[in-house]
Amino acid sequence: MGIELYLDLLSPPCRSVYIFAKKNNITFTFKQMELFTPAAGSSANSPTPRQQHSDGFGKVNVLRKVPALKDGGFTLAESPAILAYLSQKYKTPDHWYPLDMKKRARVDEYLSWQHSSIRPSVFKIFWLKVVFPLYVDQTAPEEKLQEALEDLAIPLKQLEEKFLQDKPFLVGNKISLADLVAVTDLMQLIAIGYNIFEDMPKLVEWRSRVEKAVGKELFQEAHKVILNFQDLNNMLIEPQLKEQMKPRLLKMVA
Amino acid sequence: MVVELFLDLLSQPCRALFIFAKKNNIPFVFKHVELLKGHHHSEEFGKVNVLKKVPALKDGAFTLAESIAILLYLSRKFNTPDHWYPSDLQKRAQVDEYLSWQHATIREKGCKIFITKVLVPLAGQPFSPETLEEAVEELNSALKQFEEKFLQDKPFIVGNEISLADLVAIVELMQPIGVGCDIFEDRPKLSEWRNRVEEAVGKELFQEAHEIILNIKELSNLQIDPQLKEHLAPVLRKMMK
Repeated sequence: MGIELYLDLLSPPCRSVYIFAKKNNITFTFKQMELFTPAAGSSANSPTPRQQHSDGFGKVNVLRKVPALKDGGFTLAESPAILAYLSQKYKTPDHWYPLDMKKRARVDEYLSWQHSSIRPSVFKIFWLKVVFPLYVDQTAPEEKLQEALEDLAIPLKQLEEKFLQDKPFLVGNKISLADLVAVTDLMQLIAIGYNIFEDMPKLVEWRSRVEKAVGKELFQEAHKVILNFQDLNNMLIEPQLKEQMKPRLLKMVA
Repeated sequence: MVVELFLDLLSQPCRALFIFAKKNNIPFVFKHVELLKGHHHSEEFGKVNVLKKVPALKDGAFTLAESIAILLYLSRKFNTPDHWYPSDLQKRAQVDEYLSWQHATIREKGCKIFITKVLVPLAGQPFSPETLEEAVEELNSALKQFEEKFLQDKPFIVGNEISLADLVAIVELMQPIGVGCDIFEDRPKLSEWRNRVEEAVGKELFQEAHEIILNIKELSNLQIDPQLKEHLAPVLRKMMK
């Protein structure tokens, strides 16, 4: 039995796992999860079966989040852990997660840092811009979006000045897990129309380089869903679910 | 050349590093970066870590930020006992999983309690009981997941021996303890795990690492560098919203 990857390509961490597995010809079963269907966001106690919160998925990932991996009886959450596990199990080319201690440390450094910098910033902007209107039936206040975008400026600068510097990729001359995690996160905002790399030509070039190293076709394929994010507006969401999600979203703009 | 570790034991990740290095007899120079004095904003420290955060490592010309990256680097460079970061792929993945998950949960919420109770008043900002209440609730939720998903009925997070996951977890959970928030109360499983971790680390070393945070109640004696105060004001205001 091969591995199963529970993914929704709308989510950046899912895309990094998807791209990595495909690029390295790792055989896996794609278990489609849906974060923002009418089923998403429901509580575990809701009466109708929900996609992400159905009991089947609950057994795979008690945290009820994507991405998740199932390898026989072994289950794993958290994309950095999944990526490292796959790279070691399938002995992928060294550049992804180099054996060299110092290079590996640089990958670890990025994977750790991004949790409290790039990731939450991207999450906030995406939720305000795209998710908020789905459940609250109005757009999020523009000042809140602007504020969130301003907050992104600092980590972006740090990405450029501390992590990328004058190197072609974040950890040297070849693409690594760090680049994959970074680019899939930042693509979330580029795909929904934010020119976040304005006046940052180094990052623009880096993004192109990463896309090329991944392979244009695979990169585009992985980003198809997010690039078509407008389709989410065609979803019919149950009023009950809207009521459940509303408080959380309203809190974000309080 | 000996490794330099730039630390302030007020900081949770610094404690994890301190404990790990000491426990494994890793020779290092303790470079004290006093956070409350704003040392992390000095030009000199900026050369070690441009992100202006502790902990940081300097190994010759090689500098490294992020406690998790540093812990992993040290474990490899000094070939520490396997249980800290097991070579078994699945056990290793479980350590990685915890180390990844904890950033936005245990760490963030534990920090929020500390910031609300200590940093905010120190920086001359109004104390907000609602923010504290919210932070405690959020931490409670994270603790529930910790117990149900990560600890379960095992002696340690990953099996039968202490690993980096337990170390990183325990130092974070000691932060709210230090400011009077007893998260181990009414949580017998968690309490027992804490005792086990303390024993595995060694009581003396554990106490040594936690001396500063456990004596932080002498708040009236604490002072914050005025420049730092100014820098923190907008940051804290935003955090407390």
